[in-house]
Amino acid sequence: MKILLKNFTAQNPQQNLFEKNIDLLLVNDKIAEFGRNLSYDDKMTKVIDLSGKLVVPGFIDMHVHLREPGREDEETIESGCNAAAFGGFTAVACMPNTEPAIDSAEVVEFIKNKSRNNIVDVYPIAAATIGRKGEYLSPMLELKESGAVAFSDDGVAIKTASILKRALEYSKMINLPIIEHCEDESLSFGSMNEGINSTLFGLHPLPSVSEDLIVMRDILMAQYTGGKVHIAHISSANAVKMVREAKSKNINVTAEVTPHHFTLTDDSLKTYDTNLKMNPPLRTEKDIKEILEGLKDGTIDCIASDHAPHSPEEKEMEFDYAPNGIVGLETSIGLALTELVHKKVLSVDEIIFKYSINPRKILNLNVPSFKVGEKAEFTILDLDEIWTVNKNKFVSKSKNTPFDKRLLTGRAVGIINNGKILMNGEFIS
Amino acid sequence: MPLSSRHLLGMQNVPKEDIQLILDTANTFKEILDRPIKRVPTLQGKTVVNLFYENSTRTRISFELAEKRLSADAVNFSVSTSSVSKGESLKDTVKNIEAMKVDMIVIRHSVAGTPLMLTQLCDSNVINAGDGVHEHPTQALLDLYTIREKVGKLENLKVCIVGDIAHSRVALSNIFALKTMGAKVSVCGPSTMIPKQLEDLGVNIIYSIDEAIQENDVLNVLRIQLERKAREYFPSLREYVKYFGITSERLEKNKKDILILHPGPINRGVELSSDVADGPYQVILQQVTNGVAIRMAVLYLLGTLN
Repeated sequence: MKILLKNFTAQNPQQNLFEKNIDLLLVNDKIAEFGRNLSYDDKMTKVIDLSGKLVVPGFIDMHVHLREPGREDEETIESGCNAAAFGGFTAVACMPNTEPAIDSAEVVEFIKNKSRNNIVDVYPIAAATIGRKGEYLSPMLELKESGAVAFSDDGVAIKTASILKRALEYSKMINLPIIEHCEDESLSFGSMNEGINSTLFGLHPLPSVSEDLIVMRDILMAQYTGGKVHIAHISSANAVKMVREAKSKNINVTAEVTPHHFTLTDDSLKTYDTNLKMNPPLRTEKDIKEILEGLKDGTIDCIASDHAPHSPEEKEMEFDYAPNGIVGLETSIGLALTELVHKKVLSVDEIIFKYSINPRKILNLNVPSFKVGEKAEFTILDLDEIWTVNKNKFVSKSKNTPFDKRLLTGRAVGIINNGKILMNGEFIS
Repeated sequence: MPLSSRHLLGMQNVPKEDIQLILDTANTFKEILDRPIKRVPTLQGKTVVNLFYENSTRTRISFELAEKRLSADAVNFSVSTSSVSKGESLKDTVKNIEAMKVDMIVIRHSVAGTPLMLTQLCDSNVINAGDGVHEHPTQALLDLYTIREKVGKLENLKVCIVGDIAHSRVALSNIFALKTMGAKVSVCGPSTMIPKQLEDLGVNIIYSIDEAIQENDVLNVLRIQLERKAREYFPSLREYVKYFGITSERLEKNKKDILILHPGPINRGVELSSDVADGPYQVILQQVTNGVAIRMAVLYLLGTLN
């Protein structure tokens, strides 16, 4: 199969590359030629005109919940990969809070098998402890060998300092990060950020200090052990400040933020819409300000959606009873382009770092580049397309989003990976 | 002038004119309660469902009596919350109730925001009879009514709400309603029971019960909810009673003519000593009587809107 992509702009800050009106010839899954005005054989080559489009190293969402095995009614590996592809991601890293948890080589292999030949690469994150219970370490060496890229008990923090210490010491052997959901269990009774709004809305408060305490614990433990800690879905201003300070001391800590945590505040909960219920909860303007600062100065390395599909039966419940989380794969890039690029918080280069280069480095993955002979793995962006989110058009099995009907500027219009192309909602091969 | 909303979900954002209207309407209904035949045909043909997801015999009886005295058809629907996840969903329950052609729903639920959710699920008028630790608007209205009845005004009156503010739906509704009517509101209780940033609502926070007694015209004393998690918020009942309990000794020491309200049921010997609970300053049973009149007023004003 030969496909010629014509007249696009190629951008990859890692290669110091910014080229307009460039062409790329794809043969199977590899870059065969890359240059201006490539000639081609009409009969043998499919030509796709990408005028006005920006092609960048494939974006990865390093924090998604694919729900399989266990809750295939909410999402499957296949439907989750579709959502990723339609959202503009060539890869995802999936969290281990499935049923059973990803805590054995068998489950890792099950996920790898299910996602084989998909346009989206799936990298399993394995549980740090057996069953995510915080008692015994998971078989990290074997998990890595079968394909796990990181360890996490996501949904909760690693239960005790002692097991966290051992997890960091043990994972150091294989240089994989421990991804932490930072929340102090003893402060976790509640369903929205503690502050004036929890007082006004009468919802049980979840204080930001609950996140801060575990971020601090984890930073200290990373420093003490020399292990790698990645802070998942950072949401509080204090946590951002602590990560900034830790980085200045060269402690091995990285952090991600979700689009909803830099877009929405807890003011929005006045509607009691359960699609605004997530953990960590939406916080305040002050927190968003610090998060934007952290994105700018590099304290926050990446953007990840925490894609958390839930069935309508579960979400259409009384607020306290509804589960936490929202889907994010199909809105993430549009929100980041709208809120960060068009509002001049980040440049496009910086967006490529946050969505592709940094998360891949954290997970020890190869960063795609525009080089002949390399695997072609790219995201195609239209920075200026104005579009409206329509949850009914999501290809994810679940529609639990607070962003329905939101007007966005900028969209991922396609991806190229594994010899397949998805462009404007259609697969080409 | 009709009410500005077709539901009563809380006292936040209820305009002064509406509160005034409800209090004045309750006045006329209170007079009916003293008649030998305590019934008017005002809501004849209207059906009201009392949908209670939480046990509250008092509030339910008060609403039920109010409905019956207005000649509405009152139906009680109590749902056990013990197995919420296994039972029928709220959405299905409400759709079923609505299919039976009802006009109004009075809802009590342990989760904040559920009455608002109800307004999105059905066309009935919705009255919040208490949602979690959020609001309990008819309780605030009956408190205001009782205060106005006893003192003659609300404006510039100094009212202190005493006790577990953080876990009370009565506190927040009272704060909103009293502030709207121009009263000066403070709260008094252990600092662990004062919700975050409450002072941002223009509420003064006092930690000394003696000071609260000295500085206020009215004390609205809340029940310490011993059955809830409240006990984790202060060291011991003994310490609570010693520093926040209201006794006649304490009232005498600090003067004075004061009005004491309590939404009931009282923990005698905890937030109020028995002699205070039965004493000359309290108006607890008048509150209960006024509660029926207030609920009649709310039901009437909402039920005749359309």
